[in-house]
Amino acid sequence: MRAGRLLPVGLISAATLAHEVLLIRLFSIIQWHHFAYMMISIALLGFGASGTFVALARRPLVERYPAAFAASAALFGITAIASFACAERVPFNALEIVWNPRQLGWLAAIYVLLILPFFFGATCIGLAFSRHPDQIGRVYAFDLVGAGVGALGTVGLLFLVFPSEALRFIAALGFAAAALAATGMARHRWFAAGSLGLAAAVITVWLPLSWMAPGPHMSQYKGLRMALEVPNARVVEERSSPLGLLTVVESPTVPFRYAPGLSLANTQEPSAQLAVFTDGDSITAITAYGGDPATVAYLGRTTAALPYRILERPRVLVLGAGGGEQVLLALRAGADAVDAVEVNPQMIDLARDRFADVVGGIFSRPNVHLHLAEARTFAATTGERYDLIQMPLLDSFGAAAAGVQSLHENYTYTVEAMRDYLAVLRPDGVVAITRWLRVPPRDILKLFATATVALEADGVAQPGRHLVLIRSWNTATLLAAKSPFTGEDVAAIRGFAAENFFDISWAPGISASDVNRYNQLDQEYLYQGALALLGPERAEFIERYKFDIAPATDNRPYFFDFFRWRALSELLTLRTQGGAAMLDWGYLILVTTLVQAATLSAVLILLPLWLRRRAPGGAVHRLRFGLYFLALGLAFLFIEIAFIQRFVLFLGHPLYAVAVVLAGFLAFAGFGSAVAARWMAAVGRGSPVRGIVLAVVVIAFLAASYLVALPSIFERLLALPDAAKIAITLLLIAPLAVFMGMPFPLGLGHVGARSDEFIPWAWGINGCASVLSAILATLLAMHIGFTGVVTIATILYLVAPALLAGLSDRYDHRGSGPDRNRSRVKPTA
Amino acid sequence: MRRLAQCQALLAVVLASAAAMIPTSAPAQDRFAERAAMIETIKGHARSAPSAVEGQGIDPAVLKTMGKMPRHFFVPEEQRGAAYRDRPLPIGYGQTISQPFIVALMTDLINIGPGDSVLEIGTGSGYQAAVLSPLAAKVYSIEIIPELGERAAARLAELRFNNVEVKVDDGYYGWPAHAPFDGIVVTAAASHIPPPLVEQLAKGGRMVVPVGGPFATQFLMLVEKRMDGSITTRQLLPVSFVPLRGGGAR
Repeated sequence: MRAGRLLPVGLISAATLAHEVLLIRLFSIIQWHHFAYMMISIALLGFGASGTFVALARRPLVERYPAAFAASAALFGITAIASFACAERVPFNALEIVWNPRQLGWLAAIYVLLILPFFFGATCIGLAFSRHPDQIGRVYAFDLVGAGVGALGTVGLLFLVFPSEALRFIAALGFAAAALAATGMARHRWFAAGSLGLAAAVITVWLPLSWMAPGPHMSQYKGLRMALEVPNARVVEERSSPLGLLTVVESPTVPFRYAPGLSLANTQEPSAQLAVFTDGDSITAITAYGGDPATVAYLGRTTAALPYRILERPRVLVLGAGGGEQVLLALRAGADAVDAVEVNPQMIDLARDRFADVVGGIFSRPNVHLHLAEARTFAATTGERYDLIQMPLLDSFGAAAAGVQSLHENYTYTVEAMRDYLAVLRPDGVVAITRWLRVPPRDILKLFATATVALEADGVAQPGRHLVLIRSWNTATLLAAKSPFTGEDVAAIRGFAAENFFDISWAPGISASDVNRYNQLDQEYLYQGALALLGPERAEFIERYKFDIAPATDNRPYFFDFFRWRALSELLTLRTQGGAAMLDWGYLILVTTLVQAATLSAVLILLPLWLRRRAPGGAVHRLRFGLYFLALGLAFLFIEIAFIQRFVLFLGHPLYAVAVVLAGFLAFAGFGSAVAARWMAAVGRGSPVRGIVLAVVVIAFLAASYLVALPSIFERLLALPDAAKIAITLLLIAPLAVFMGMPFPLGLGHVGARSDEFIPWAWGINGCASVLSAILATLLAMHIGFTGVVTIATILYLVAPALLAGLSDRYDHRGSGPDRNRSRVKPTA
Repeated sequence: MRRLAQCQALLAVVLASAAAMIPTSAPAQDRFAERAAMIETIKGHARSAPSAVEGQGIDPAVLKTMGKMPRHFFVPEEQRGAAYRDRPLPIGYGQTISQPFIVALMTDLINIGPGDSVLEIGTGSGYQAAVLSPLAAKVYSIEIIPELGERAAARLAELRFNNVEVKVDDGYYGWPAHAPFDGIVVTAAASHIPPPLVEQLAKGGRMVVPVGGPFATQFLMLVEKRMDGSITTRQLLPVSFVPLRGGGAR
């Protein structure tokens, strides 16, 4: 068979995956990232639904394969646009869920709408498997390679066009797949192909963008929408990339005056500012500066300014440059030189170039250097040594802004990260980290615990002498020093705190009578916490605290996960009084998503099983076949996601990690699936089960080796240029992925040989399992780390062939199946 | 066992949510019973969070005022059925009318007397200003969004809250012409407290700022200016919650 016949499979697979990536981007703009993730996760169950559908309607559809494929692909194209356009108009208000259960109805409506394109896209692929039971390896290869190209292509496309425009191209790709498939129709082929091709062209060039623009439907509770309600506020610039939508707003009548952590003793009005919103929220300010330091004197009265009181003419590293406020503070405080690191190139372009005149060209000064890099990677690879590493409220950017689910992890605030920072300090240097103060405290205590553990790991006997913590009413700043603070330092810190009405929650030599003076908390949680974390009862304190404040590590880099089950019922009871504000919704939404997905998956898998209960093969057969594909679906994505998350650290950017690792896994697994039949013939001596067993043994061996070797590989090679690191990543992934691509087509060929009816069903199970495992992998990583996730995946792979093996034997004894030859996947060219 | 408790808690939420979906259809004018129930809910919340009300319970005068105030006039037409529920409601433009308990708490915390003058930043629906009106001599309220400010001003005038003055302006500078104020309520979100507001707070005066998102008040910040002019702030949780398990029991 010509490869061209399978090209539509590759195209629709690419379009479907691209649509997934794009929807997350679009709904991160309209809603918030975690809700976007939930909506799209559930919508992906369209894959499972299509399995059911094809299983039920297989015969008539496969008989009219080209027409059915073309129709389904065209419906993908239509619903990709129509269902999004409807879904974004659904008046769902995520913030109101606690108060108004009707919102859950709107959420369900969004699910139903968004399921449609995934259903039609997956139906095409399910049909292709059913139509070519003897070509399963090749169909799967086209599917995987298409998906890889789709993932990589969308990321590239999103650098070039706005998300709403990208949606047109994806819909057009669906129509292109339909047109191509239609050329295989028995009758009216040129008419059908021509009109579908025309539709693709029309969508690309004509469709009004306003139908799909996310802006007008953005939640009215996002910062950008609220800012634009103010008279005369207007958008002056907009940039879009896969890292986020940056919107620059000018508000001449009512200035922004964004200055978190500003002292109540300050009397100066902040300078004029432009506000930069990422995905309509999380503001960073571009502050107007004419060169007179006195105009930004107020910056010296924020908690983040503390280190400048004890450092003279420091060399400063700002991790998270944003609009440049910390650079301005450093210059005002007399910094000798400033290196500022920013992860988003468009942010750099805005702050340094587009609005250079606004910021008074501070980024072009000879002693200021702006670097495009991820904070941790820069710190771990720089050859420079600093007096101060300044980390402002950084987390709103980077990972979270990228809007891909696997990016919940954060390598900026782990124990290993802290050690990296301490390592690039000069002997008297200080790391300063500023965070929002939440009541009761979470991040700050976790940070304090992290710094304590990092200092101890560096051989510091009394970490308390290296730490200082101060707070205003809404921010807290932690200082971690390479050498112990001197009495002189502490006196200066006390002076700074007193004149700004800031409270010292920890400093060497501090006592209970010194704390909780100006910003009075119910109890001085931070001082008590600091004492406990520095003392022998650290473990017990962390255990007893109702939020998870155990330090994050590179193996479990979930700094922002504070959720603890045991506090849930108390907080839910208190939810209408403010308890809901203390819940960390990210975790809860992840769990909710898993429960929903598991329930829907069960329906999608059990329904056809029940409907087809008289089908040949017997219940035990079907159960074991089903479990086989479930195990594969879970294991494949467990490894893929754990690798994406692990490689963030190595590739220095969450986006690179997603693009390179995902595309690598899909493409090499596609190759593995294409050569699976040869592997079976050559190594498995013609037996699919033996072929699978040998493949999973290789997978287990490679996965185990990587678990051991990756950390040291990363450490040694981190300083290499990006291109080299990408090549190394692909080289590392290739052998593992090739073998991971084999068990699915080999198993499907094996099962399909008994009954064609299992094929779409297995495809549906695999789809559902993929959705479940994407959610489960993140949840598991939060609890048992990446090592645990990869270990579980390895066990699943090793167990999987046993599910097929017994059946094969029994089947062979009975010898009552269809055509024996069909049990073999034909070798492909 | 703990899992079971969690399941029960979740179930309770689902059931409570289902019950809340039943619409109320009381006529607009006659909603005394709903108001009385609202006041009981506020009292219940206050009892369970003694530290937020400084151990005193909410001032009966505040509860009396809120017990008379026709809250349903201050919410959009489509929200009127839910006006007395124990929840914040959307009023458009990304703004909300606060949960009754939070309104009671804020009014109670600024501790004003009949001769006092109060400044409000962020008029919104005008409900908070209306609640302050009978308790103070004069209420000045500033709203940044013209549509909201004009609508609230008209509503307050119509309901004859004659001691309330509303203007559409930038709240950052306060209202110097009428300063100092014995109490200031800042309902508009801000990254910091504007210095002019601190300046315009009378000695012995109190300012209250709810901190959190549009539908989730995390804590209330109370700013107090002592007689010597020094400033202290306090963070008050609207709930009684001890972060340490087994430590500092209620």
